[in-house]
Amino acid sequence: MWDYSEKVMDHYRHPRNVGTIEDADAVGTAGSLVCGDQLKIYLKIKDNIVTDAKFQTFGCGSAVASSSILTEMIIGKTIDEVRKITNKDIADELDGLPPEKMHCSVMGYEALEDALKEYKSEGYIPLEEINNEPKEKMICTCFQVTDKVIIDAIKANGLKTVEDVTNYTKAGGACGRCKDAIQKVIDNYYSGVTEQEKISDLTPTQRILKINNIIENQISPELIKDGGDIELVDIKDNDVYVKLRGQCSGCKNSTMTLKLFVESTLKDAFGDEINVIEVK
Amino acid sequence: MGKMIYLDNNATTKVDERVLEEMLPYLKEEYANPSSMYDFSRKSSKAIKEARGKIKDFLGAANEKEIIFTSCGSESANTAIRGALAHDKSKKHIITTKIEHPCVLNVYRYLEKQGYKVDYIGVNSNGELNIDELNNLITNDTALVSVMWANNETGVLNPIAEISQIIKSKNPETKFFVDGVQGAGKVPINVVEAGVDMLGISGHKFHAPKGIGALYVNSKTMINPLIIGGHQERGKRAGTENVPYIVGIGKAAELASDNLQYEMTEVKRLRDKLEKGIIQNIYNSRVNTGLAPRVPNTTNIGFEYIEGELILLHLSDLGICASSGSACTSGSLEPSHVLRAMNVPFTAIHGSIRWSLSRFTTEAEIDYVIEKLPKVIEEITTISPYQAELKALKELKVSK
Repeated sequence: MWDYSEKVMDHYRHPRNVGTIEDADAVGTAGSLVCGDQLKIYLKIKDNIVTDAKFQTFGCGSAVASSSILTEMIIGKTIDEVRKITNKDIADELDGLPPEKMHCSVMGYEALEDALKEYKSEGYIPLEEINNEPKEKMICTCFQVTDKVIIDAIKANGLKTVEDVTNYTKAGGACGRCKDAIQKVIDNYYSGVTEQEKISDLTPTQRILKINNIIENQISPELIKDGGDIELVDIKDNDVYVKLRGQCSGCKNSTMTLKLFVESTLKDAFGDEINVIEVK
Repeated sequence: MGKMIYLDNNATTKVDERVLEEMLPYLKEEYANPSSMYDFSRKSSKAIKEARGKIKDFLGAANEKEIIFTSCGSESANTAIRGALAHDKSKKHIITTKIEHPCVLNVYRYLEKQGYKVDYIGVNSNGELNIDELNNLITNDTALVSVMWANNETGVLNPIAEISQIIKSKNPETKFFVDGVQGAGKVPINVVEAGVDMLGISGHKFHAPKGIGALYVNSKTMINPLIIGGHQERGKRAGTENVPYIVGIGKAAELASDNLQYEMTEVKRLRDKLEKGIIQNIYNSRVNTGLAPRVPNTTNIGFEYIEGELILLHLSDLGICASSGSACTSGSLEPSHVLRAMNVPFTAIHGSIRWSLSRFTTEAEIDYVIEKLPKVIEEITTISPYQAELKALKELKVSK
């Protein structure tokens, strides 16, 4: 028997806002009949404020409770506020969910995201147009879970292991063949990048942020150990300009350091196109 | 909790008062180790012998030396399968079914990693085995065939005697193990007539307590012990005998034999009443097993376009206990491997509920479920996103 909170039990016993909205401004779905749970959410939006929300759910107790409380959480909120809601917020609002049931809260988040993706009106710019996000990659084919869904779940909940990811997103919960791929997504997330992002696919700002992140978190600490350091100077297309500092500058092995360590670390993350050039 | 209606007897059963009564002296004053050499241990030793005789009669074995006491159904299965293969390592092929209980299925998954080739026989949409597959699979290298007597989720009975004949005609050296856990106490079992080499049972499925099982191994079948140690159970299962529980399973077997007729008539009548009551009153329900032969206490019913855990939670609020093959209840994320092997449609697989009765189930309890269930299902159906499909289903049912 699952250890459901009183709030979860109250919401599956007496779900709020069940139904549809005929003239909804945004509709989002997540999950599928095959996977065993599906959520459909309907939003009425006026002046960028959610004025009404309804849901229909095919799913277990925690899926109904997550959907039900989500509608309560978003009614009266602005689109910007609603967009900030994560699955963790849904679970927290329910006073927690058992780890194996966290994917129900993720489904709520996904349905909401789906609804807002569809929704376009003046004053509101859809998410993808701001971020110019790289294309999603299917990781778990059994449950149709993409790398983006996994990364969002890792980000919102601080997930560390494949088992965590399975509990939160269902990915890897059926045939298990994608477990290595999930591990890779986790590893890449914590090393600061999504899997093999082509540097040319990134916007200039993303490019600088991501490369700088790797330099600061992975490369610099190693050089500091040897009494040196590194600084990012500029990025032009695939060329990354850096300045070596401390004992590294003037070190006769600096070319080795640059090619074998700095460049190869960046290549691991962004592919072989990267070229590191030293600025004296 | 107020009144409780327990319809999950394939999961576990209530301990019969008469079983407990028989056990109590061995939990109190008669605590002697049956292996000891003084008068005090005589009663324990005799109690085990009697219990062994009762299990022998219960299973129709030829000799009580063919009965080994274990701790549970899983241990019985592990001892039989791994014990027989450890004793004779010459053959490396095993045939089993896609619908075995995990305590058997996962042993074969483990053996596959050890180098065995395992074939899994499928079932039709009613859950009946594709026997023809077996014919073609048995070779000179087949060490073991393993088929359950009855399936725990659907209650469907397998034609054990027929399977035994096929095995023996194709390869007389192939051993036949039967997981009898869901058959024992529900239908007559006779290992000699059925031509079974090894058969495992579990006490708590027929009103003995948890923590006791038994394994029949016929005199022609050799096994190595799984638990190595002392001489107990004629060297086939070490460990000081669990005297009170052995007495318990013996008494439970005796009572189950006495009640078999009742089980097959009265329990069956109540099961059929429940099934009919549900199908007639709830348009989005279906019996998942069609007309397949079943144990008398079980029915597996799919409710379309709704999810099983939610049904169970609402039933629980009414004091009704049943179980589901839904992904959400299993702790894994996938629905029942049995229902999937049957190709139960995805519209119904997640909303499948197993109802399993016992000799303690009353007519009033069944009437209560028939009365309360339609409202529960309707409430949950209202939340479903598949309203158009449900409407079509309703019209179809009305037009029939």
